[in-house]
Amino acid sequence: MTSVLFYLFAGVAIGGAMGVVLAKSPVGSLLFMVTTLAAMAGTFVLLAAHFLAAIQIIVYAGAIMALFLFVIMLLNLGHDYRKDLKGGAFAILSFGVIGLMAGLLARQLGMSGSAPGPGAAAIDAAMAEHGALGAIAEPLYTTYVVPFEITGILLLVAIVGALVLAKREV
Amino acid sequence: MITEALVLSAILFVLGTFGVLVRRNAIIMFLCIELQLNAVNLSLVAFSRMWGIDGQIFVFFVMTVAAAEAAVGLAIIISIFRHYETVNVDSFNLLKW
Repeated sequence: MTSVLFYLFAGVAIGGAMGVVLAKSPVGSLLFMVTTLAAMAGTFVLLAAHFLAAIQIIVYAGAIMALFLFVIMLLNLGHDYRKDLKGGAFAILSFGVIGLMAGLLARQLGMSGSAPGPGAAAIDAAMAEHGALGAIAEPLYTTYVVPFEITGILLLVAIVGALVLAKREV
Repeated sequence: MITEALVLSAILFVLGTFGVLVRRNAIIMFLCIELQLNAVNLSLVAFSRMWGIDGQIFVFFVMTVAAAEAAVGLAIIISIFRHYETVNVDSFNLLKW
């Protein structure tokens, strides 16, 4: 059952990703991206990352994609697909690069074993004890509390930076 | 399940790279970068099934950085659009030699 669901989500995610790359209009591209993000949230659930699946839907598919949509509609972008694609030598170079990357990734996957390590049992135990949110919150506020605080500063800097950049006159 | 998730993550990452390389619209290139970030997130979640909860916490941080990056990047795109009236990356060649 989980395997069937996983392949379903994987198919939707790959189809959506191809839609992102190949869609003619930017808004279509963005809606394909939302599809991909929702399907990936499904795979997160199957991999027992329930909190991240919820965050993926709320923050990524909800907030960040809405921000992209605002900007696309604000700039009123055209639909000329042909002018949007790089051609000639650049396309050949792109195919070369993705062939190389796909080859390297396939080689790496062929070399590494993927037996479930001790991680799955530890996560399941933590989730049984603290719940899906507690399992991620407990290390986040103890072991990783300094990176967490730095993330807050990063977000503040990003807010100020975005305002300064997008304002007409500073 | 872990192997399949890693394969899916590799496919999505390569598709994202392809999008960054072949499209000229800056916003779609940016969307493809988000796709790459998500592919890496998926592989981190899959690895957390092998090595413990730390992978999921990295995903949390990656999502935060992606949100900050989206805000600043879109602000840059808006301010570029004000100058050039286009988001076609071939038009921004001031730093090109």
